Amino acid sequence: MSRAPRGLLERLAQLPPKSLRAFATDTRVPGIGLGLVLVLFPLLDPNKSHVNVAADAGTFILLALGLNIVVGFAGLLDLGYAAFFAIGSYAYAMLASGQFNIHIPFWFLLLTSAFTAAFFGVLLGAPTLRLRGDYLAIVTLGFGEIVPRVFKNASTYTGGVNGIVGLDQPSFPQVLGFPGYKFGFNPVPYYFLILAILLLSVVLISNLRDSRLGRAWMAIREDEVAAASNGINTVTTKLLAFAMGAAFSGFAGTYAAAKLFIVSPDDFGFVVSVSVLVMIVLGGMGNLRGVIVGALLIFFIQRYLLIQLPGWIAALTANIPFLASVDVAGYVQRSNYLIFGLILVFTMLLRPQGLIPSAQRKVELELGTSEEAVADLRGSA
Amino acid sequence: MKFFVDQLVLGLTNGAIYALIALGYTLVYGIIELINFAHGDVFTVGGIIGLTLIGIFRLEQLSPALLVLAVILLFAATMTITGFLGVAIERLAYRPLRNAPRLAPLITAVGVSFLLEGILFMIKGANEISYPNLLPSGKIGTGAFQIGITNLIIIVIALVLMVGLHQFIQRTRIGRAMRATAQDRDAARLMGIDINRTIATTFFIGSALAAAGGIIYGFYYQSIRFDQGFEAGLFAFTAAVFGGIGNVIGASLGGFVIGLILTFVAGYWSGGLQWASVVVFSILILTLVFRPTGLLGMRAAER
Repeated sequence: MSRAPRGLLERLAQLPPKSLRAFATDTRVPGIGLGLVLVLFPLLDPNKSHVNVAADAGTFILLALGLNIVVGFAGLLDLGYAAFFAIGSYAYAMLASGQFNIHIPFWFLLLTSAFTAAFFGVLLGAPTLRLRGDYLAIVTLGFGEIVPRVFKNASTYTGGVNGIVGLDQPSFPQVLGFPGYKFGFNPVPYYFLILAILLLSVVLISNLRDSRLGRAWMAIREDEVAAASNGINTVTTKLLAFAMGAAFSGFAGTYAAAKLFIVSPDDFGFVVSVSVLVMIVLGGMGNLRGVIVGALLIFFIQRYLLIQLPGWIAALTANIPFLASVDVAGYVQRSNYLIFGLILVFTMLLRPQGLIPSAQRKVELELGTSEEAVADLRGSA
Repeated sequence: MKFFVDQLVLGLTNGAIYALIALGYTLVYGIIELINFAHGDVFTVGGIIGLTLIGIFRLEQLSPALLVLAVILLFAATMTITGFLGVAIERLAYRPLRNAPRLAPLITAVGVSFLLEGILFMIKGANEISYPNLLPSGKIGTGAFQIGITNLIIIVIALVLMVGLHQFIQRTRIGRAMRATAQDRDAARLMGIDINRTIATTFFIGSALAAAGGIIYGFYYQSIRFDQGFEAGLFAFTAAVFGGIGNVIGASLGGFVIGLILTFVAGYWSGGLQWASVVVFSILILTLVFRPTGLLGMRAAER
């Protein structure tokens, strides 16, 4: 328990100068231009719904960054990631709404829900991370099914199928003569909030990756036995990855719930967990830029392409007698599962390192880990 | 008493379906240590292939005498087609990754699961599809001790398939090859066993059994939906783990136990229907935590 966290704390202590350097080298500073665009975009684009969509995309980037710690860095397959998102959402919904007439401020809950989700992550992970890796996948899958059902069924506390409506909206209180500010339904402040959160997260995660803890994660991912024999406490290290991933999910859950104004138990199904997984697999597991690009791509497909495309196709095929009788648009509309499946299968088969690979991950995925390399020599391929 | 007997029969019928799916999980896990997430969806595909065949050959309109033969042929044809689907999945999606890091085939399996669900969703949509019951209805027995003929036939079909599988694995050459490959792949290869063919056979058998489960499910519930296999697959996986993954008898036993638990939770606890799945998934997690080798498992949890 003692070694890895001490390394983490040391890293955190020297975070500011190091983080700037890491961030600068990581994005290679056309970053400044990109940053300017991101900051100015809500002011230049008068269409609020665009800002709204951008803020929602931010939520998914945050989720993908968190899952990347678990799957990309530590190599643990978490198939119930949406459960922690649900926990974060419901924690906020129950403690900041008329449900129990409790109104704890958003800013406080935003931080605590990360810890709440991490707590549940530890609760689930501590006994199961000792097992072999693929059991973790199925345990998290089961957990991911249990959590939304519990929220759905325990209707006395959670509003049941209807969920909870009318959550408190974030606001800045009036302090020392500064005027207060209420977020309301205006997407612009939510956009800037998620932008700030993402910036902090990228800095934090890229530092984590290069820290002693991050290197321990990758060592475990590549060869658990070798990592253990080099003095890494594998259970604690894996648990930290799992809990940290859960924390990001819970954090994102609180943000999303506050922004959406309602929570509903149907928003946290297996499809959510898988879409976040698709994002990081497509983008490139273990690579922050890849994960962000993957998240944006999948979000674009889900929120724009699959909604607009059927209309375009219907318009195109309406004049072609042969195709007009076939409901092509309907097929396209129902193709999201198929697209996710195709992306997962073909990425793993043809380009397992993703669109933007992390260098280490590429070597590992193409050449196999040491154990498999030995197996190759023995001729078991 | 009558209520108890009815619940028992229903539980055993559900259990028969879960057991048939669980066998596929346990066979595949036993031989290549892969949780085949797509297996639940193979079950649904099997059910829908069966439904398509019923539609094409208009089996509903046959006279009762011919129907017996037709149902047997229906099972044989559906199981064969679905079996080859399983072989194709293994060949295209899993075999290229057999020596990749563990994460790769697992993610691919999730992908194949979504692929199958996606195809069914595109073709069939999100609604329940109605399914005919070609088995005779009615009840036999007296007083409280009555059993539906459909239930009886379903349980018998499942038991026959299970015993057949067990005999196949224990008695035949291919069965011995499967056991040898599961124990030590490299040694089996050195003994001249065609590993690829043995693994393909395993996928064929597992998928065929799931297809049988799919038809039975359709007959009994008279409806099927594109994502039916997700939950059913998870229940069946729980059954396989509960019985001891890699163990054929364990999976059959586990299937019946999970079927009974599900039914009794839903039957005896008012409002239990909503909680039944939560109970089963909790059993899954608790089994993995406290006894990862399951009831009858002999394999070590960590190799």
